[in-house]
Amino acid sequence: MADPALRGGRTGWWRPYRAVLASRVRAQTSYRGSFALDLASSVLIGLVELAEIWVLYRSVDALGGLDLAAVLLVFGIADTAFSTADLFVGHVDTLPRYLRAGTLDVFYLRPQPLLAQLVTSEISVRRVTRIGVGLTALVVGLAVNDIAWSPLVVAFLVVVLVASTLTFAGLFVAAAGVQFFLVDASEMTNAVVYGGRYAATQPASVWGKPLVALFGFAVPIAFTAYLPVVALLGLPGAEWLPSWLGWLAPLAAVWTWAVALLAWRTGVRHYQGGGG
Amino acid sequence: MRLSPGPQRRGPEQDLPRGAASTWLRVHGRLLASGFRRGAAYRGAALGGLVANVTFGFLKVSVLTAAVAAGGGELGGYDEAAIIAYAWLSQALLGSVNLFGRTDLADRIKDGSVAVDLLRPLDVQTATTAQEVGRALFQLLPRGLPIIVLGVLVGGMRLPTDPATLALGLLSALLAVLLSFLLVYLVAATGFWTVETRGVQVLYMIVSGFLAGLFVPVTLFPQWLYALALATPFPSLLQVPIDVISGRVDGAAALGVVGVQVAWVAAVFAVGHLMTRAGRRRLEVQGG
Amino acid sequence: MTTASSASGTTAIEVAGLTRRFRVRSRGFARKEVTAVDGLTLTVGAGESVGYIGANGAGKSTTIKMLAGILVPSAGTVRTCGLEPVRQRRELARRLGVVFGQRSQLWWDLPLAESYRILAAVHSLSPQRERERTAELVERLELGEFLATPVRQLSLGQRMRGEVAAALLHSPALLVLDEPTIGLDVLSKQRLREFLLAERAAHGTTLLLTTHDMGDVSRLCERVLLVDRGRLAYDGSLAGLSKTVGARRVLVVDLAAPAPDLLGVPHAEHLGSEGGGLRQRLAFDDAATTAAAVLSAVSERVEVRDLSVEEPDVEDVVRRIYAAGGR
Repeated sequence: MADPALRGGRTGWWRPYRAVLASRVRAQTSYRGSFALDLASSVLIGLVELAEIWVLYRSVDALGGLDLAAVLLVFGIADTAFSTADLFVGHVDTLPRYLRAGTLDVFYLRPQPLLAQLVTSEISVRRVTRIGVGLTALVVGLAVNDIAWSPLVVAFLVVVLVASTLTFAGLFVAAAGVQFFLVDASEMTNAVVYGGRYAATQPASVWGKPLVALFGFAVPIAFTAYLPVVALLGLPGAEWLPSWLGWLAPLAAVWTWAVALLAWRTGVRHYQGGGG
Repeated sequence: MRLSPGPQRRGPEQDLPRGAASTWLRVHGRLLASGFRRGAAYRGAALGGLVANVTFGFLKVSVLTAAVAAGGGELGGYDEAAIIAYAWLSQALLGSVNLFGRTDLADRIKDGSVAVDLLRPLDVQTATTAQEVGRALFQLLPRGLPIIVLGVLVGGMRLPTDPATLALGLLSALLAVLLSFLLVYLVAATGFWTVETRGVQVLYMIVSGFLAGLFVPVTLFPQWLYALALATPFPSLLQVPIDVISGRVDGAAALGVVGVQVAWVAAVFAVGHLMTRAGRRRLEVQGG
Repeated sequence: MTTASSASGTTAIEVAGLTRRFRVRSRGFARKEVTAVDGLTLTVGAGESVGYIGANGAGKSTTIKMLAGILVPSAGTVRTCGLEPVRQRRELARRLGVVFGQRSQLWWDLPLAESYRILAAVHSLSPQRERERTAELVERLELGEFLATPVRQLSLGQRMRGEVAAALLHSPALLVLDEPTIGLDVLSKQRLREFLLAERAAHGTTLLLTTHDMGDVSRLCERVLLVDRGRLAYDGSLAGLSKTVGARRVLVVDLAAPAPDLLGVPHAEHLGSEGGGLRQRLAFDDAATTAAAVLSAVSERVEVRDLSVEEPDVEDVVRRIYAAGGR
């Protein structure tokens, strides 16, 4: 019977999560050929996206106030942050499949919070190479730009990377919460998540009003890479967003997570109410 | 749908007796129509796809128009109006032109159930392509048309009103859809020889979009990359139909690029046909 | 934890006025309300073994989801193992095991043994407890020979035994089984039933199972709850249920030569004949006679080529109960 004395021992709150994740990593890397293919294709996709920027900047010197060096830094921060979030949290967009297969009901039978279980139910190891592409762009971007290095700048970069990763992770979770209502239309949330990823690598100063409303404020994508770079390099920035806003990247993460947890909570309520 | 893609008539059924050609057309017309109806079953996904295409449309328009402005009002042969049309039309075609490389046939070859398809008195290549094209054409209704309407109403896109240009544009779009599924058939048909076609599929996904002009028009490429792209069928999937529909390429030049599309359709069809024959022999040898 | 587990010492399930309504889309945008569970009141004591039966759509799965905290009741109260399922879900998860016939708790691409290692971590079992409990379940459910096999390669019977072990790994006080024997062959069913009886005898585990197979009920359950359209229609022993309607099994015999209807076999009723009397069906009550006795009575009169025994179907019992109740 449920004797508390027999539990514990090798405990630690992370043990259940670690057990699942460790076995997921083993399972993914066990098919070596397939795994190598995934690693390679992640790099290729990253390179093609970089190539797009390069092709565009062959014809122009600057876009929206950013030259190629600056936009490389934007791409580096955005891609590193998004790919890291994708590695740890990206699979939550499989929620519709979990709902159809009843896997979520099984999560209810385990003594951990549902969202924590969903996030740790999988890890996409194949994205590490994509993070590598982002980091390379970031390092090159830092080297080719004229940056007055100081401990503050280093701290700023670390904070921005963490905050942006959290913003994208929150975006994934918010999308999952919405999918409780839109089981058949996960492409709709993908529009915001992957549109957000694409938007994050752009100079936000070129956006029209609808995009400013969507990716400037509602989903604070401009805060993940563009605004911090503008602040870091001391660029003029967009007229609708003063450059000091780049310091508010952590606030964007907090805002995204507030929305994400609300969306998740509402979604779970809807599911438990039988609307799923 | 009254679509009978011209180049397909040059298929192997050419040598069938008279009357067989009309039977062939009727059967494939039915397959096309059944694919079209199947497309109608995924309405939720179509709506989601529409939202995604519109979002990306806005993002592309803003960055590409900024690039045209920075380039002094012209970029790789595109002025502002042309680049806006480019951004919207590429999103409008994205729901119908297969740039992902995935088809049901790949799974059927992998699990061996294609053997059943090969026993039927229908050519596997033409039959699956007809069904897939039918399904893709349906996507023009919930995704293609609304995006074009939206692009015109709020996106600042202008389209030519001359019926001859529009008709040629429509033909070019249909050829692009057909060509994409003939190419994806080649991707699936590699499964006759390899156990896992996912590698080829992923490669197709990465290369086709880039060389078709999904990210930026191919004309912006540096000379060597531009030449490389033109040596592939991929520009015929997006760049060509977009240029013809928007009227950026017109007159004899338009007829020329559509002619290139037709040539690619014929060539890719022939390769697929040979691969099917060889694949069938390989299955027969293995099965015997 | 300690106080709550003593509270669950007496009752496993306590349900009062439990109601669950769903809004379903009927036509276009019109929505109508459907009552899946309607004012259900029942108590299951600790250590009981209860069959929860009813026709399809009678509200069984909905009830189980409310017991597990997956669905919120529209009205009424639920206590499972002394806890409020929705509010205390995580605490309840330590005392409740559920086997869903249709959804798997195992990792399909991993060997069965690895699923148990993960579940032991999920339930924070001590290394010693994990070893002992896994060994016990592996032995009694005979999982040893396919413990290293990925779950997706298991047969249905193997997988179901694996699922039962997964639900019992953390030694829950209450085990709920939703259609555990559906699709299993006779031998697999038998093994599973024997295991559940043994598990209950060894640990006093409370069992609640939904099933379409009266064989499950007659071998496993001392008490039967019958639901009809979300309401409790019968609560009592299987014998009592049989007395009301006769939970009869059917002997089907194929004869060597066509024969007239086999009337007048003791404690058996002739249901019908096919093929001009080549195949005949006789219903008999388990309480009054045995299949062997009916068969020997038949064999005295005609030559039997082949035979089979059909278990009574829950749907059939339910139909007859309603007929008997004059509904």
